[in-house]
Amino acid sequence: MPGSLGKLPERGLILDKSATEALTPLAAVDGQPAFEEAWQAEVLAIADTLVQNGMFSAGEWSDALGAALETAAADGAVDNQETYYRCALQALETLVASNSEIDQQAMAGKREDWEQAYLSTPHGQPVNLKSD
Amino acid sequence: MTDFDARKVAEIHEHLHSHLPSESALRVKALETLLVDKGLVNPQTIDAWVEAYTEEIGPKRGARVVARAWSDPEYRKRLLENAPAAIDEMGYLGKATAHLKVVENTDAVHNLVVCTLCSCYPFSILGIAPAWYKAAAYRSRAVRDPRGVLAEFGVEIDDQVEVRVWDSTAELRYLVMPQRPAGTEGMSEDELAELVTRNSMIGTDRELGGE
Repeated sequence: MPGSLGKLPERGLILDKSATEALTPLAAVDGQPAFEEAWQAEVLAIADTLVQNGMFSAGEWSDALGAALETAAADGAVDNQETYYRCALQALETLVASNSEIDQQAMAGKREDWEQAYLSTPHGQPVNLKSD
Repeated sequence: MTDFDARKVAEIHEHLHSHLPSESALRVKALETLLVDKGLVNPQTIDAWVEAYTEEIGPKRGARVVARAWSDPEYRKRLLENAPAAIDEMGYLGKATAHLKVVENTDAVHNLVVCTLCSCYPFSILGIAPAWYKAAAYRSRAVRDPRGVLAEFGVEIDDQVEVRVWDSTAELRYLVMPQRPAGTEGMSEDELAELVTRNSMIGTDRELGGE
């Protein structure tokens, strides 16, 4: 996956929000790759596939992503692609949990399985989950 | 001694095992594994999507639609009246363009597209939205200060020109049809499509290069 993101400048002590936003160089991030890492593309691929398959609608996806972005902004998250895709992942997990039998506990368990698989696989070998 | 050995073994182990992906990457792997196990997604579909959108589908389809509209007045009329049908004529219709409106720049009007909620975007004809389109700064400032945002992209809009900002939703997305540059009368559709930038179809570019 190409490139790394030149992060938007960290904000210092800001008293006037609108003045700060005016200094954020949007055009400076023009030309950066749409994805910095493979997982970011996979999040959108899974979300789009589940919309096409009818698990949830495009509107539900938009609402969930919008809510996650709003929360991140309110929490002061850095305004960059890493934050955007973390919000997309969170929205996707929420929608899958509320529209399928896969719950958050199952996700956490499978995540742990993958971590163990990586830790127990020698470098250079393909990483596979042990079959249940 | 035993402690030392244990630590050494741990260090060697640390060095030997495969590089642990990031927390987000592990969560995506977990989610995909569960969805595949339940038969809710096909791993080949995900791989094909990722390959297509990282390597093939950029703004070229949108540029070809614009070039066709510049070249063919009847197509332009159809595109402005019913964009999904006109885009379907070129074989580019996808879910993200099923509800699409094309807005046309003129000497008196400049159009700018944003999604203030998240990042709704006609990705099946423009590829994945650029980083700035997804940024909170763009999503808030495009509405509040469109001329300021345009200036940042090097687009100076005369005070006489009206700037219209279109807020995309999952149900209705927008594509800007930029003005055909002067001096391009003899150009083929392929040559014209080369002039159409992605940003001009979102609205953060206005004057396209001609002859």
